Amino acid sequence: MFYTQLGNYSLIFSFIFSLLIFYSCFKNINNKTKQIESNIFSFLSIQLLTIFLSFICLVASFVVSDFSNETVYNNSHTTKSIFYKVSGSWGNHEGSLLLWLLVLVLFVFIFFLTSKKHPKNYRIFTIIFQQVIVIGFIFFLLTVSNPFNTLFPIPDEGLGLNPILQDPALAIHPPILYLGYVGSSIIFSSSLAALIEDYVNKNWAIHIKKWIIVSWIFLSLGIMVGSIWAYYELGWGGFWFWDAVENISLMPWFCLTALIHTIIVLEKKNHLKNWTLILSIATFTLSVSGTFLVRSGILNSVHTFANDPNRGIFILLFLFILILLSIVIYFLFHKNEKPIIKDTFLLSKETSLVVNNWFMMYFLSVVLIGTIYPIILEVLTNNKVSIGPPFYHKLLSPFLIPFLIIMAFGPKLKWIKTKFSKIKLTNLFFLIISLLISSFIISFTEMKYLFSTVLFGASFFLLFKTIEEFFIKNYNFSQKISHLAFSIFILSILINGIFSTEFSTNMKFGDEKKINDIYIKFTNLKTLNKENYKTIITSFQIKDEHGKIMNFNPEVRIYNQPEILTSEADIKSNIFSDNFLVVNLLKDDGYFNVRYQVKPFMLWIWLSVVLLTFGGILSFFRR
Amino acid sequence: MKKKKIFFSVILSTLFIFFILFKGLYNQNYYIPKNTTKNLISFKAEDFFTKEKLTSDQFFLNNKYIIINIWASWCIPCLKEHKYLMSLRKNNNFKLIGLNYKDKENNAKQFIKKNGNPYELILSDRNGTISIELGAFGVPETFVIHEKKIIKKYIGPLDQQNIFEILRITKK
Repeated sequence: MFYTQLGNYSLIFSFIFSLLIFYSCFKNINNKTKQIESNIFSFLSIQLLTIFLSFICLVASFVVSDFSNETVYNNSHTTKSIFYKVSGSWGNHEGSLLLWLLVLVLFVFIFFLTSKKHPKNYRIFTIIFQQVIVIGFIFFLLTVSNPFNTLFPIPDEGLGLNPILQDPALAIHPPILYLGYVGSSIIFSSSLAALIEDYVNKNWAIHIKKWIIVSWIFLSLGIMVGSIWAYYELGWGGFWFWDAVENISLMPWFCLTALIHTIIVLEKKNHLKNWTLILSIATFTLSVSGTFLVRSGILNSVHTFANDPNRGIFILLFLFILILLSIVIYFLFHKNEKPIIKDTFLLSKETSLVVNNWFMMYFLSVVLIGTIYPIILEVLTNNKVSIGPPFYHKLLSPFLIPFLIIMAFGPKLKWIKTKFSKIKLTNLFFLIISLLISSFIISFTEMKYLFSTVLFGASFFLLFKTIEEFFIKNYNFSQKISHLAFSIFILSILINGIFSTEFSTNMKFGDEKKINDIYIKFTNLKTLNKENYKTIITSFQIKDEHGKIMNFNPEVRIYNQPEILTSEADIKSNIFSDNFLVVNLLKDDGYFNVRYQVKPFMLWIWLSVVLLTFGGILSFFRR
Repeated sequence: MKKKKIFFSVILSTLFIFFILFKGLYNQNYYIPKNTTKNLISFKAEDFFTKEKLTSDQFFLNNKYIIINIWASWCIPCLKEHKYLMSLRKNNNFKLIGLNYKDKENNAKQFIKKNGNPYELILSDRNGTISIELGAFGVPETFVIHEKKIIKKYIGPLDQQNIFEILRITKK
């Protein structure tokens, strides 16, 4: 009870202080001094403290199971372990928005501390735009999704957290993803501020590049953790389903990746100013659209847990106010710059970076259209369509080929101009080798398509070229690591996609079956009662075609609060492949649906993403 | 001049997308796969209060949404969802039918008396066969039925979010 009240008042206080910051920033702009008034710093600290306090209060209400709090009542239960009580506080709509807000004000504070070398008005404008976002979010929280709503009479017991969300990966997935999303808000505000103050130059590029890299790292890691969760918890055996919510996190990622490359051109050559600004605005806009699409319930997906149209309207209005604001500011303040083509030649680093952007924008538009087209169609014609993986695969994979090949050459090119004769013949040798290897691999599969050979060949070519890069003396180590990681990533996805095998059958205890040279035996079955669920642990013995024997213990869990069945897959991972066994309870007594999958190079997909972000971390600490 | 044109076309397309998303918010986002939902079989049941024998065709009107809530006085989660059911009372978009599952008549009447009656119609399911025919797993369970098809099924007690969803589905 106490924590709920304290948290609520703390949130209201922070709202007042945000308005104060907004006001005193405006007062400070016309001030001729070079220093930011010290009261802005104290207000920012108070804002951070009050929101932090209110977040802690929410966590405390969850920990002590204070069911007078509606959010706690809806999402918690006394029998839940302490870990999920804590993580449950941001596993729901209200709590996750409070976390969003906390990260947001934390980033404003960090921005304020780390930007002291930059012009005063630029900093103030950035803080003003950030406060617009902060005020919008606090207002949203206080009006339609207050995490501190109280219930009377106080219920004895909560309704419980959705069991598929009771998972360590999902406890850290939202915070990491939010660090990425919210990081992009700083990029957004600071680029608008830089636009107004005409500060879009080399210094700004160096400064904002750090923020771009940080957001990119967290977004990449966040997406990966989410997809690891989907891999073992949803029990479908895949790691990416082109689900609308996954796409939404992918879209800002494409934008940020494009931005990382463009900002280099701005930093080194003072070019592509307007394009950088557009990308910065787009990144954050896409992040907020993501929040809108997930939270409003306009899309059906595992993530939809708020279904109140009022919330949807609020975020939608807020989103479009931000978009219109940035469009107006952009058109009022942007300056025409001379086309980059006048200063550079076709074969140059600039071209390759611009081409990278084209591809990113292409991938982005495919995903964007695939995600929102069904909504548009439904509103206009009342038809329901479902856009699935085949759409994305057909549209994306052909364009991967030129993308990978250009990516192999890009980093080697020089600024402004590279002579064509400088491109060595060894490349041809690499290309032939890669095509040979890939046609060799493809010949083992049933598919003998020219297309897959070329796609495989292109990814091998990139792999060889990135490995070759390590032998060339050149200081940009982080880029080499990230590009190498990306080539491993694409290769493992391709191999995984082509060589995965799966079968499914219905079995009961004691059954033994043989499918495609694989023997599978249902050896044991036991039921255990755990703290807040009952579990059926099954044991299977599988003898694969090489005579290797493996034991699996997949589980079916029956949670009591709320009553939901979940399947816990048993996955045996090793360096070359994952063996994945999952069972589902069938209606008829004693029978289980058993799905066994062999997924090669699964571990490499995760490892390569970690390596990719490691490249980003190195780049962050460079110089 | 050119700048102005671009500016206005950007603004217009933004407003267009805003309009689309705004409209989209009010659409139902559940999806009924065609030809996969079976028609509900018709069954006979007894009215809880009047003891009148009814066939399902009498209350499964084609054009109206039907919500069947399976409940029992001995079921503690039913008590929890009851306040939410009460909030669904007197809604013209659908007809809320209670199916009293394996219950003692007196206890059930006590329950309704104490906690209020949210249902337009209560049917008795003394031996639980109707629930089985509907495909229920246990109590409480709630079915949203339209044109003799089950379009949504909630296993376990309803919560506020389910209620929002039901209201949205049945809004048309």
